[in-house]
Amino acid sequence: MGDCHGCPAATMTLPPRGANGLRRQMVAIVGPPNSGKSTLFNRLTGLRQKVANFPGVTVEHRMGRVRFEGEREVFVVDLPGVYSLNPRTEDERVTHDVLTGGMKDLPKPDAVLLILDSTNLGRHLVLAAPVLSLGLPTLVILNMADDLGRGGGRIDSAELAMQLGSPVALVSAAKGEGLDKVFQFLEGTTKGAALKQKPLMELPVIQDIPKCRAWASNAGSKAKYHAPAPPLWTRRLDAIFLNRIAGPLVFLLVVIGVFETIFAGAKPIQDWIDHLISSSGGWLQTMLPDNAFRSLLINGVWKGVGSVVQFLPQILFLFLFIGILEDSGYLARAALIADRTMARIGLQGKSFIPLLSAYACAVPAIMATRTIESKRDRIATILIAPFMTCSARLPVYTLIIAAFIAPGFQVAALLGLYLAGFLAAIATAKLLKSTVLRSARSSFVLEMPPYRWPTVRSLALRLVDRSKVFLQRAGTVILAVAVVIWVLGNVPYSHGKPPAIGQSVEARIGHAVEPAIRPLGFNWKIGIGLISSLAAREVIVGTLGTIYGMEGSDEHSKDLQEALRQDLSPGGAAALLIFFAFAMQCMSTIAVVRRETGGWKWPAVQFAYMTAFAYVFAFLANRLVTALA
Amino acid sequence: MASPKNLHELRRGESGILDRLEVPEEEARRLMEMGFVPGHRVTPAHAAPGGDPRVFRVDGSEVALRRETAVRLILRPANSPVGS
Repeated sequence: MGDCHGCPAATMTLPPRGANGLRRQMVAIVGPPNSGKSTLFNRLTGLRQKVANFPGVTVEHRMGRVRFEGEREVFVVDLPGVYSLNPRTEDERVTHDVLTGGMKDLPKPDAVLLILDSTNLGRHLVLAAPVLSLGLPTLVILNMADDLGRGGGRIDSAELAMQLGSPVALVSAAKGEGLDKVFQFLEGTTKGAALKQKPLMELPVIQDIPKCRAWASNAGSKAKYHAPAPPLWTRRLDAIFLNRIAGPLVFLLVVIGVFETIFAGAKPIQDWIDHLISSSGGWLQTMLPDNAFRSLLINGVWKGVGSVVQFLPQILFLFLFIGILEDSGYLARAALIADRTMARIGLQGKSFIPLLSAYACAVPAIMATRTIESKRDRIATILIAPFMTCSARLPVYTLIIAAFIAPGFQVAALLGLYLAGFLAAIATAKLLKSTVLRSARSSFVLEMPPYRWPTVRSLALRLVDRSKVFLQRAGTVILAVAVVIWVLGNVPYSHGKPPAIGQSVEARIGHAVEPAIRPLGFNWKIGIGLISSLAAREVIVGTLGTIYGMEGSDEHSKDLQEALRQDLSPGGAAALLIFFAFAMQCMSTIAVVRRETGGWKWPAVQFAYMTAFAYVFAFLANRLVTALA
Repeated sequence: MASPKNLHELRRGESGILDRLEVPEEEARRLMEMGFVPGHRVTPAHAAPGGDPRVFRVDGSEVALRRETAVRLILRPANSPVGS
């Protein structure tokens, strides 16, 4: 895949010229974490938004358009949440570079929307000092106005505007209240009518945090700011959710609930999609003449589309849950509860939810590591996530366990494989955190936001956003691999007929790799299966079915189990299970790791490490079982 | 019992005024941005099961810290004049 092949950055980073030939205005949204930045961005742009990564960094940004009458448009870029503009963390560096015009491929913004939490203005106003000192036209947005009023807080926003020398808008982004002033400001930038006033207060030295904090208090008191009462419900809920006994119980219930719903909820939809794909494939088959094109279309492209779309329900369910947990504020509590356990393997509380998600699928899990600010912890979490037993491994496990393991021991074998993946993850995390990704353990600092009701709007937009990323990144890879594997299995054509599987290029590759995999107890047929499973692990089941001449058999097929028993020794079967437990047999995971780490380095390291790990343990499993049998 | 010397020694119901942060510069800046500015009052709130990490209320926010960090945030002695 090319670096920017069809990636949104290519089409969205440079605001194109408008109909009148003038460059369209660009406005940046800046604010601390938990200030409602994304909610505001969603309110302003709706579905007219795209996600992109800045070149060379892992930080993601979103771009959107706001339209006004007369073909006028403003581009809005949502920057990562930051407390300051000191370029220390990657997030802060990106925000700093964009605002000062130092970001490649992105013009310096024409104006800034600075969004702050009005219920905690004393602390949030600190960010106003460095942002206002940039000298760009800035609208200061005081968000959560509804919470401020309900808690008995007050602010004279006109006075604050005088003190800061910038217009101030009091809004509730979640409820959509007070946004006209924001739209007016944006429309003003399209006319170039950004008024600048001289602030009454002089800006502090922005490197001195205590001075900035004192300046913020001063500005607040001049604007008669009165903070609201502490959020009572948050304290009541924390008394339960962080209770010594009830806390862990609620935590466990949430974890089990998330799991149950993902598997139970997504399964029927998955089966339905599977049915739809195969029956529509069957229908297409009757409509088209029997030739190579039909086979490519149905067995390559259409099947590929099917295996991509099949993952979507699980991914949507996972992101729905992560969205609810994050927007409600519980995610921070879950991270707090999980922190001590995760610290034992050198990670931190925020790694827990991504690793849990990896039991469904590593792709959304890796996308969910965004919430981990520490880059080292984030990379470590990404690197161990694919060891968790994802749902694509289950059909493979089911087939081999049913074929080789006595009925009384099947459940134990399955649990053993789950445990093996988990232990491999822990061992790898320990190894990473004591070597290449070593960092001080004390770097865990986590703000507990007040509990809030998640809004349907922001959850829905998040789901749209995540499915787009999945379909673009993972989907295209799975589809491409599915087509390549079809081609390998169907060339060379002779006398207008595809070759028998034993004569295909795929079989030649299988024979070529046989010497390498023979120590594991695998023959060339398993080799073909391993290659085809790079598209997605469960593909090996269908491939083996084809090889043994049982088109369309699934993991419950008795004939396929019997054929495997004839062809594979017990040692080889054990090795195959272990190989699938540890190897990174998944192109979409590789593609997503590349996207999230901003380069090929980590996915290459990860693929090599996991394959070597899998090979060594599969070899040992083969030897051990063969010796015992 | 002697007055608590750092955040970790604060018991439930107690509070103290932050005096200084004995952590590396980078970490100190980050903590100050989160609200741990000298002169501010810090009140302990809930903790994770096992007592670590622990949530502290400071400057209108609640922030969780691990024990290693909490012991390095030093409080003003109780008898010194209060004020920021």
